[in-house]
Amino acid sequence: MNEKPKVVVTSRSRRPDTAAKEFAFGQAELPGGALAEYRNRAFAAYARTKMPTTSEEAWRRTDLRFFPADAFRLPAEGAFEDLPAVPESLLAPLVGDKHGGQIVLTPGGASVELDEALAKKGVVFTDLKTAEREHPELLERMMAKTVNPEEGKFAALAGAFSQNGVVLYIPRGLQVEEPFHSVLWGPGENLAHLSHILVLVDEGASATFVHESASPTESGINSMHAGLVEIQVLQGANLRFVELQSWGKHVWNFSHERVRVERDANLDWIFGAIGSRLTKNFSELDLAGQGAVGRMSGFYFTDGSQHLDHDTQQNHLAPNTTSDLLFKGALKGKSRSVWQGMIYVAPGAQKTDGYQANRNLVLDDQARADSIPGLEIMADDVRCTHGATVGKLEEEPLFYLESRGIPRPDAARLVVEGFFDPIMQRIPFEGVRERFQQAILEKMG
Amino acid sequence: MSELVIKNLHVGIEGKEILKGLDLTIKQGEIHAIMGPNGTGKSTLAYTLMGHPSYEVTEGEVWFDGENVLELEPDERSRLGIFLAFQYPVAIPGVTVANFLRSAINSRRRAENPEDKGVPIPEFRKMLKEKMGMLKMDQSFAGRYLNDGFSGGEKKRAEILQMATLTPKIAILDETDSGLDIDALRIVSDGVNALSGPDLGVLVITHYQRLLNYIKPHFVHVMMNGRIVESGGPELALHLEEHGYDWLREKTEEAA
Repeated sequence: MNEKPKVVVTSRSRRPDTAAKEFAFGQAELPGGALAEYRNRAFAAYARTKMPTTSEEAWRRTDLRFFPADAFRLPAEGAFEDLPAVPESLLAPLVGDKHGGQIVLTPGGASVELDEALAKKGVVFTDLKTAEREHPELLERMMAKTVNPEEGKFAALAGAFSQNGVVLYIPRGLQVEEPFHSVLWGPGENLAHLSHILVLVDEGASATFVHESASPTESGINSMHAGLVEIQVLQGANLRFVELQSWGKHVWNFSHERVRVERDANLDWIFGAIGSRLTKNFSELDLAGQGAVGRMSGFYFTDGSQHLDHDTQQNHLAPNTTSDLLFKGALKGKSRSVWQGMIYVAPGAQKTDGYQANRNLVLDDQARADSIPGLEIMADDVRCTHGATVGKLEEEPLFYLESRGIPRPDAARLVVEGFFDPIMQRIPFEGVRERFQQAILEKMG
Repeated sequence: MSELVIKNLHVGIEGKEILKGLDLTIKQGEIHAIMGPNGTGKSTLAYTLMGHPSYEVTEGEVWFDGENVLELEPDERSRLGIFLAFQYPVAIPGVTVANFLRSAINSRRRAENPEDKGVPIPEFRKMLKEKMGMLKMDQSFAGRYLNDGFSGGEKKRAEILQMATLTPKIAILDETDSGLDIDALRIVSDGVNALSGPDLGVLVITHYQRLLNYIKPHFVHVMMNGRIVESGGPELALHLEEHGYDWLREKTEEAA
């Protein structure tokens, strides 16, 4: 008689000790202004949506039980005056030697500079509040066009309450060489920094936009950021978008981002993430018109007990579209990264060429990287490939480098730099590469 | 003039003894060859001298330049002047040959002077160009990722390029001839010969006599079962070519 083997299933997830907390923001705190209707809709979604838990697929690996949601408040007007100022080093151009414009968003404030010649040509580069007053018709074309504030708790929160934001508009056919630069600076304790970034590159136009989020690291306190990034690259237009995330290690960071790329338009999207206590980022690429091309290149380096979760989606919605995603990460200490990627090919999106790869280098035994690629293909004449790897720092390459006189810590740093080189090759900005090299140096000790 | 002195060296890997009391002295300016059948511990000797962490020295001493080599980390041994040309060089993806060599040179400079700013780029470029020319290497080689996708010949040439750049006092060539066709063998040998001289001691490890037609040793040693069982001049290699190792096997068994 065959005895059936006993199967014991042990659940690895612990039961939450406490339920996730909820935010304390109420309707009274909603800003008025030109966006009232949008904000009311977002608020309704915010009010009816519960804090996500690990029982939802998208949040399965990112646990918010210890997220002190009820502790946060919105920064008051002018709050920045009593907080550490933005460091000069963040204001230096990361691309080229001169900005087309620069915006610094601070708690309860914003400062804006735009090259006069560009302003005369019709470029709009300003903060959200100013845009509400001066360009309501433009905001009509930009708000809720790619990210629906109803798609999640944090999207709704940012949609309803964000007073800080960047609005960038490049008029039809205009080629702008000088990069636009914005810095979201978020110092302070128990503050909710909420941001809304809106970009519209009109038909045949071209631009480079660098956006950096940062704060000092302060131990023993909490702070949060929730942001929306909505970008449209219209027919035949071209955008290079660089996002750097260097939040302090006490910051809880959430964002919903989506770029819509229209016919024959081109997007080069670069992500760099080295900061935050916890990040949950949703980044989506919608290739909406024939011949649209989108490239997503990401690097992250975590240490300590950082937790970074990037959820990417490449949506091929039209025929002859091309996407190419490469995310590479290194992990130290007890840190953890999650990359969850999906290539979706809509019915009829033939001749799609989709690629996604995620490579991780785990430098310490207690660090952990999860890498989950995915394909969902509803067309038959496509080429889609993916790859995911999690590797360790191996002994043989280190010994080889040491045998040439290179001390072990330097040997490890060289191997890590080498690991990131393919992603650095995709970043045509010396300043961005240098910033990341510096982060590697600091994190490798 | 310094000498590498190996005394009664016993080495094990994962508890198994491979070297069983090896003695050898190599002076700067001398070329020694160690020959022997597979599995007698030749590569173990090479790795042990360089300080690979998997090899455990259970007994014996190694001295060079007044330093107890066995107490030094691999990078310290390298900076002391010991060089190993690997039989199987590992790939370092993402690190170019030039970047790697510059790091190796700068590590040396910084060990001497912690304030050192590193070798100036033009000086480094000039030096690298010259050494690559000597080894008949295309200049584009400097921009390739180290050993990544290199052919067997390219890997061995890259090893000799490193040797030429780091100017060691003692170089150990572990099976440098393996996987080389005759042209590559000649280029590699010419490189080694060009670097040889009164300041360089060379230990050539091989199990074919072929390489010794190109790199002429002053001394030839035969290694069997973890020890050197016979030493002589260049004629010993020729004798082995003709008669194989069996006569030595019999001789050592009788002695045992």
